[in-house]
Amino acid sequence: MELPTQTFRVTRADLVRYAGASGDFNPIHWSDRFATKVGLPGVIAHGMFTMALVGRAVTAWAGVPDAVVDFGARFTRPVVVPDDDQGTEIEVAAVVKEVTEDGLTRLDVTATCLGEKVLSQARATIRTPR
Amino acid sequence: MSLDPSFVGRTYPPTAPYQVGREKIREFAAAIGATDPAHHDPEAARALGHPDVVAPPTFPVVVTMAASRQIIEDPALGVDYSRVVHGDQRFAYTRPVVAGDELVCVNTIEEISNRGGHGFLTTRTDVRNAAGEPVVAVWSKIVVRGEA
Repeated sequence: MELPTQTFRVTRADLVRYAGASGDFNPIHWSDRFATKVGLPGVIAHGMFTMALVGRAVTAWAGVPDAVVDFGARFTRPVVVPDDDQGTEIEVAAVVKEVTEDGLTRLDVTATCLGEKVLSQARATIRTPR
Repeated sequence: MSLDPSFVGRTYPPTAPYQVGREKIREFAAAIGATDPAHHDPEAARALGHPDVVAPPTFPVVVTMAASRQIIEDPALGVDYSRVVHGDQRFAYTRPVVAGDELVCVNTIEEISNRGGHGFLTTRTDVRNAAGEPVVAVWSKIVVRGEA
């Protein structure tokens, strides 16, 4: 079963806010000068910010904010966030892989930016929505 | 630079307790756009059976990233932080983090490998409350990129 795709817009302001809230002040997430110096195309989103957005999507599918039992992902491709008002967009989709008898649902999640997968092996286990 | 595989299995001393504040959870939830009332309103959280506001699923990284400095800054291991990128992340929850938790982290190095000039380091952080009860186990893999 496929779950409805959710889309999240990501701007530079979001990255600054996330840096402050998470304590991750790595300059690749706010300085183009630094990001390009280390070989990136520009400022990129924190992998954990992308994962947090996926967490929102999973939580929304679960229907309650405390249903996530297990959540993991591999960061495969950077999410480049241009310095403009539009920023970029991350699309999050999922399929239900398994519903267990003990009340858990396993999801395989896909997160894409500009048509490219930015996470791989993204999986979440949630308590099965009632 | 390669990472010394003999560090696999090493466990570091427990970190000083991290006090999970209600405002910190609200700030984190706002930063990721998580608007569910249980992240912001203690009454809404209590209605779900929690003692105070509930942290979003990836919130524990705030605590474990700070705790992992023990490993990243271990001079004997010698990780060059300027060359580190995040590879994998996983959380296995016993329960969600809630405001009022005092969290202690115990870091263990689970895996080290060196391939293609890059070093790969997987750590497990067992996050427990003040009573020593498990809250969440967190795995993080970092890649220390080799010199190009």
